[in-house]
Amino acid sequence: MNVVTPFEGIGASLRRKEDFRFLMGRGQYVDDINRPGQTHAVMLRSPHAHATIDRIDTVAAKAMPGVKAIFVGEDMAAEQIGGIPCGWQIHNKDGSPMAEPMHPALALGKVRHVGDPVAVVIAETKSQARDAAEAIVVDYTPLPAVSGTEAALQPGAPQVHDGAPGNLCYDWHIGDKAAQEAAFARAARVVKFETTNNRLVPNAMEPRAAIGDFDSFSGDYTLYTTSQNPHVIRLLMGAFVLHIPESKLRVVAPDVGGGFGSKIYHYAEEAIVTWAAGKVKRPIKWTCERSESFMSDAHGRDHVSTAELALDAEGKILGLKVHTLANMGAYLSTFAPCVPTYLYATLLSGVYATPVIYAEVKAVFTNTVPVDAYRGAGRPEATYLLERLMDVAAAEAGLDKVDFRRRNFILPDQFPYQTPVALQYDSGDYHSTLEACLETAGWAGFEARRAESKTRGRLRGIGISTYVEACGIAPSAVVGSLGARAGLYEVGTIRVHPTGSVTVLTGAHSHGQGHETTFAQLIADKLGVPTANVDIVHGDTAKVPFGMGTYGSRSLAVGGSAMDKAMDKIIAKGKRIAAHLMEASVEDVEFERGTFRVAGTDKTKTLTDISLAAYVPHNYPIDEIEPGLEETAFYDPKNFTYPGGCHICEVEIDPETGRTEVLNFTAVDDVGRVINPMIVEGQVQGGVAQGIGQALLEAAIYDASGQLVSGSFMDYTMPRAGDLPDVGVATHVTLCTHNPLGVKGCGEVGAIGSPPAVMNAVVDALRDYGVRHVEMPATPQKIWGIVNAHRLAAE
Amino acid sequence: MPQVTLTVNGTKHTVEVEARTLLVETLREQLRLTGTHVGCDTSQCGACVVHMGGDSVKSCTILSVQCDGSEITTIEGLAAADGTLHPMQEAFREYHALQCGFCTPGMVMSAIDLVNKHPDGMSEKEIREGLEGNLCRCTGYHNIVKAIAAAQDVMHGRVPELVRAAAE
Ligand code: FES
Ligand code: FES
Repeated sequence: MNVVTPFEGIGASLRRKEDFRFLMGRGQYVDDINRPGQTHAVMLRSPHAHATIDRIDTVAAKAMPGVKAIFVGEDMAAEQIGGIPCGWQIHNKDGSPMAEPMHPALALGKVRHVGDPVAVVIAETKSQARDAAEAIVVDYTPLPAVSGTEAALQPGAPQVHDGAPGNLCYDWHIGDKAAQEAAFARAARVVKFETTNNRLVPNAMEPRAAIGDFDSFSGDYTLYTTSQNPHVIRLLMGAFVLHIPESKLRVVAPDVGGGFGSKIYHYAEEAIVTWAAGKVKRPIKWTCERSESFMSDAHGRDHVSTAELALDAEGKILGLKVHTLANMGAYLSTFAPCVPTYLYATLLSGVYATPVIYAEVKAVFTNTVPVDAYRGAGRPEATYLLERLMDVAAAEAGLDKVDFRRRNFILPDQFPYQTPVALQYDSGDYHSTLEACLETAGWAGFEARRAESKTRGRLRGIGISTYVEACGIAPSAVVGSLGARAGLYEVGTIRVHPTGSVTVLTGAHSHGQGHETTFAQLIADKLGVPTANVDIVHGDTAKVPFGMGTYGSRSLAVGGSAMDKAMDKIIAKGKRIAAHLMEASVEDVEFERGTFRVAGTDKTKTLTDISLAAYVPHNYPIDEIEPGLEETAFYDPKNFTYPGGCHICEVEIDPETGRTEVLNFTAVDDVGRVINPMIVEGQVQGGVAQGIGQALLEAAIYDASGQLVSGSFMDYTMPRAGDLPDVGVATHVTLCTHNPLGVKGCGEVGAIGSPPAVMNAVVDALRDYGVRHVEMPATPQKIWGIVNAHRLAAE
Repeated sequence: MPQVTLTVNGTKHTVEVEARTLLVETLREQLRLTGTHVGCDTSQCGACVVHMGGDSVKSCTILSVQCDGSEITTIEGLAAADGTLHPMQEAFREYHALQCGFCTPGMVMSAIDLVNKHPDGMSEKEIREGLEGNLCRCTGYHNIVKAIAAAQDVMHGRVPELVRAAAE
């Protein structure tokens, strides 16, 4: 039965196994799950950005129909419930640790952002819980608030935390300052560029949800949650917040409707419903409403940066200096501190052989929702800064922007390439992705298209970005030394059943990535088991031994490699069993795609023969080998992986309305070996859509008092089908040199490479107006203002 | 409490609802048809789209009491009893028009109505404009547009079966 058509293995655009249930309405997202006797929770959230809580009166609310319980911060504090922990500790320039203020699950005495949860109401129905939440009376004394990234460090700014003087979380740096200064002293030209990386709301289409369940007989807790990494949630919530041992806490992340980073983190609501389920002895479901998501899901980006690039007379880069302020929001989310440091500043060499780099990063607290990793996490910010700077520098030095890039590329024979900011790139071929992208995008013919647009009164522009990024953050020992409080390996178990079908348990989590298909292809390719006979199990701590989850484009590079290692163990054991059955020596047994063969003979056994023998060990070397055919591997990578490539965008601006239309978008990416090209294309297209959204449409805007102005889909401009172009995707492969699959990761490249390509195109379209820079998002209002100012000046 | 009678996917149900109960709440919570999703609270995302009397409606924006006596089709009611997918479902799978699947039920229901209302077919640009009421955060819409373009030819009988996507 185990015969694999060659088209199921690595390289096949296999249609997805998971699609049937999603297309037929049979997905099981958290809100689709209903536990017997389930109650419903509603969070009462702060309407103020910053205030003291003087009194909470729940008497009337508690008496309302259906209400089971109402809890406030003091109720949790009374039981020594811990704060929501941060998973990464950054150290300041002077070696002291960052400021790490307590983050209570329910506010204690003070609220620090609009949306900070103040109380939880548990009732028989959601409507009853909502009604009761409205009946709670909270007396607040509003305090002055600070929401802007730069404003947070101003003298006299309102203080978000007593334990973080001046709102400074950390003041960190990387690189060699003296070398950077020496390089700048020799420079023929220094180009300075300042920019803001706009704050974004990830907005996965499925709102967060959590169900807490407690079995009072066994004392076991179960949390169903919209998470990208259930084991990490179990670890953080169990060990640091609720003090429940792993053996008594199960975390299930079933089908999850998109994450993009926002569902990595341990959120207060998870701890609240789990803890409260133990109190009311009933399951409790909480489902976020979209307007709540806006003010409680971690946001992304929000940097203010200054960069200076030193060039010699020939246009070679001599050095780079960067200063960045990063907004952490009101509390430290799980991975927040590492995003503007080890995922950002370490990427500032980009694809260029920049000899010296010095970067300083200050992270600040503000009265806003916590900010953490959002698709790309630090690498989009670095790529945007660098690729806009490259265009600005080329223009000022009078160089062609493509030649300027080529002139400074790291060359194929320079790999492995050690950057001055800690990373060692293992492989890449930036010239090939560049040339392929220029060709596909028709770069050479652009001026003719621009002239044609002009005849219609439109402004056409073309923009390029050449980028590299870092995925599969690792190895554990290194990230540990940099402040990670967890390891960053992955776990895979391969269970070959007696009759040869396979169950894979993986610590990676799929929330749109298509793991059930791609991972099955890995098994088909190596073990020769048809994908129809391979089941991928993920997202349940009771089933999967352990895992670190899915983020940073790590699932295939780290999780897939763990499966590959586990398959090696299966094959090694299978060879010993096969040797016994075929009366040969183990060294003589070969394995290929499901068949064990005694080398040079026609004696063979199938994987199914071996699995059957392993589970029915009648004729079996029982003194030497245990029965069964199941193996687990933990894979801790040796390095990051480094996808890279080139994105080119062509836009047309209508000067009458200021509207920018993206006409074409071309991506040529090197994501390493491609397992399923169809899925890779889809991942890149989705990432590009989010990148175009950042460049042209999206911004989370707080007013000076800390109110979130763009707090719904009415105000926050999500990209719709009519806002986006077709996205052409191609790949050019160089293999990752240090993982067994040669894969690099494709989930984030689209969101990383695209924003500067779009913005370089927008600035190019406005080149006749002498525009040096336009901040994201390039909304019609902003562009119209630029065009109109130019017109007025010309009159 | 008011009682309403709905025929959902061919089955008649009589349920008690509050005056404020939304159709999506009746479908998801009372009838346990959880294929219809809720993605927002401002009628913006289209995750909740179902057909009522053959027209697409946002089930988060209509009260159950307004639906008394109506015929509703949800994503669960599209495929044939033997599991054969509707051409739109088949096209979404063939063209990889879904990733996380959360927007998918609403997207498919909207797309079918869109195709039905354009018997002469739509250009890709028209399809993009027609999807104004549906948000997808995963796909960038590229493959959704391709899928709808391919499905409309099957639904209008212009081709006997779905044209396969280029990717092999
Ligand atoms: S749930 Fe968003 S439009 Fe209905
Ligand atoms: S497939 Fe995830 S939102 Fe559309």
